[in-house]
This record gives sequence, structure tokens and C-alpha cells, in this order.
Amino acid sequence: MAQVFYFFIFPGLLFASVAGGFLSWFDRKLTARLQFRVGPPMLQPFYDFVKLLAKETIVSSEAAKSLFLMAPVFAVTGACLSCVLIFIPVFGIGNGFQGDLIVIFYLMMVPTISYIIGALASGNPLSNLGASREIKLLIGYEFSMLLVLAAIILKAGNTVSIHDIILLQQQEGAFIGSLSGVLLFIPLMMCVQAKLAFVPFDLADAETEIAGGIFLEFSGLTLALAKLAKYIMMLVLPSFVIVVLLGGFRLDGIHILWSLLKLIGLVLLITLVRNTNPRLTVGQSLRFFFIWMNLIAVVAILLAYAGL
Amino acid sequence: MGLTDYCFKKSLWLFHFAGASCNNCDIELLDCLTPRYDVERFGMVLVGSVRHADVLVVSGSINQKCRSRLLTIYEQAPKPLLVIAVGACGCTGGIFAEGNTFAGPVDSIIPVDLYIPGCPPKPEAFLAGIVKLLNK
Repeated sequence: MAQVFYFFIFPGLLFASVAGGFLSWFDRKLTARLQFRVGPPMLQPFYDFVKLLAKETIVSSEAAKSLFLMAPVFAVTGACLSCVLIFIPVFGIGNGFQGDLIVIFYLMMVPTISYIIGALASGNPLSNLGASREIKLLIGYEFSMLLVLAAIILKAGNTVSIHDIILLQQQEGAFIGSLSGVLLFIPLMMCVQAKLAFVPFDLADAETEIAGGIFLEFSGLTLALAKLAKYIMMLVLPSFVIVVLLGGFRLDGIHILWSLLKLIGLVLLITLVRNTNPRLTVGQSLRFFFIWMNLIAVVAILLAYAGL
Repeated sequence: MGLTDYCFKKSLWLFHFAGASCNNCDIELLDCLTPRYDVERFGMVLVGSVRHADVLVVSGSINQKCRSRLLTIYEQAPKPLLVIAVGACGCTGGIFAEGNTFAGPVDSIIPVDLYIPGCPPKPEAFLAGIVKLLNK
């Protein structure tokens, strides 16, 4: 019973979609303010979601029907599971288990892979183009992210448990306080940007170029679930960065405010990067991750090995 | 008014179909997205795929070549769908109404919910039209 509650209510589906919806609104509102616009009302993600639920769901005659309809469900499930596994140690509900860092790393990949599967099953050439771009981007940033995680595991004294990593940071100061921590922050934030498919890495769902790319064929219910998975990832990915580098959340007294500020601050950073950069092509983004981000991560690993 | 109706009105996603348009209406429509008019505060965004659309905005006169395409686009869109005919050409055919390639104004091809006349209509006219449609 407890597992069902964790998955569906707190800290799973319900909590994650409300918090993620708020963060997604914050991102849109901030984008609007940066462009000197007014921006959408606070309940806009909720309106979008309910409207999409009520709309007709179209499946193309070219599509692999069941795979196409199941892909968004997989996306929401993967996003929810990663949210549960991150927040159970964070909120002190449980201690997690050895190796949950690795499990979360793979679970955070599930939404992206589900979009790719859905797009390939939709039978639309532009969707397939978007999916192929997303696969290439995935190959680029996942390796950088693995290197970053390797450095974090090294810094945490060869532990792969989220709970131990948070505990260590709360005793000895956040990892970002060291030189290697600062270096690791850069590639990790770029990976988050790419995982959220925001500019400059939105080449897979480029609206003006390939008409929505991987999401082109999604409509009604399937699009609603895809949006929901995006809202949840908007909460999960910044929280993951906070847990592994910024000392995690503390939920006593004034620390609640600090934890919220960290989350809002990271979303602010993501939105600023998104609003001040042009879209990169496949080659440019691969070069960016393979050469520069990997270089920074490797230097950080060496520094972490030297104890800096 | 139910919850879904309310949410539908609060989050209209526009898909833009330009027929044989002179692009003037299209430019005026894009003005609605600029900081001065900012339709996103009403929840409206321009989407790239007709599968996401709640509103089909048709501008320009419809000629023999784009008639079948307009029909296809309309059938591809998930319902409920609102259709808006923009500009003199979209509403009646305008100066092209007697041309030999003209295939009829928009409402002779697909059902139209809202007409916004003008050559081109101002962004204010566009917003006023949508408000009238939603309060109907």
C-alpha cells in the first residue's frame, strides 16, 4: 500500500505534477517577462492539461497503434519513478538503497526514449527526423552525464546511494564548494538543458523547422501525457542537480526557504540560458558535448581524484 | 459551463494556414504575439503541428491548389476545433473573388466560426473577434 501511495500521491504523480506544473509556469512567465510581455496566468499548465484530455486523440493509419499510444504512458511512469526515488531519501521517508543513483540515472532517460519510440511509431517522416536527432543528442549528453556522475561518486567516497551523498554534503559542505564541484556544475546543467529539450538543444522538437518534431503526431490524450511527463521532468532534473551537487534539500526551519530558493534559482538559470541562445544543429551540439563538456568533466574527475 | 469548456477557452492553440495570401494578414496575426499585444496572457500560443491545434486560422483567398490542402488540414485536426477566416480574402474572396483560379471563400469549403474582415485586420480586431467568439 505504501508503495502505491508513494507512486501516485506523494512524492509521486500528484505532487510531482503540481510542483512541476508550477515550475513550468514559472519558466513560461519568466520567458514572457524577459521579452517584455505579460505572460500566461498561473493555472495555465493546468488549463492546457485538462483541455488536452478532453480533445480527440488521433492515431494515424500509418502508425504502430499500441506502441504509439503506450509511449506517453511509459514517459510519465519513468518520470514519476525517478521523482519517487529522488524524493524518498530527500524528504526522509526512507533511506533509499545502495545504487539508487544509477537507477535514477537510467530512469531519467526513460521519458526521452519513450518520446523517441512514440515518434518512430507515429509513421510521420518529420517525427522520424526529430527522433533521429533526439537519438544523436542522447548519445552526446548521456556520456557527459555519466562522467559527471563518476566524478560525484568519486567525491562522495565511492558511495552510490543518494542518501549517503546528501548526508556527506550536509556534514562537510556541498560539493559545489570545491573547484571540481564548480567545474562539474557546468556540464551537468548543460545535460539538464538537453534532457529538458530546451533551446539551444531543442533540435528534436524544432517548431519552426520540422513542425514539432517528435511531438508532431501526438494529440489529445497522448499529448496531455507527454506534457505531464515534461512538467514532472521540470521538477526532477533540477532536484537531481541539487541533490548531487548543491547539498540537497533540508526541511527544518529556515532551510525550507533555502531549498525552495535553490530549486527556483536553477530553473531561473535554465530559463536564462534558454532565452539567450540560438538553436544548435546536430553536429554543433554533438561537438559541444563530446569535446567541451567531456573535457570539463574529465578535468573535474582528475581534480576530484587529487582531492580538490 | 463545464470545466473542460472553461479550460478550452483558457488555452487556445492556434494553427496558421496561409492560403494564397499576400502575407499582410499573416504579418498582422504575428503582431498579436509581440510584446505589445501578447496573446499568451490569454493562454494562446502558435503551434507548429495541426494535431495540437484548437483554432485553425485561415488567411488569404483559397485557390484551386490550396482547396484540397485546406480540407486535408481540417480533417487532420483533432475536434473540437474553431475555424477563423481572417481578412477580406478569407471572408469573401476580396479582390480575387472573380479570378479564374479562385475556389470559393473559406466558408464554402469548411465551416467557419468567426470572420475577421479587414485588409488587413488590425491586431486589435483579431483580439476583439476572439473575445466575442469566446463570450458567445
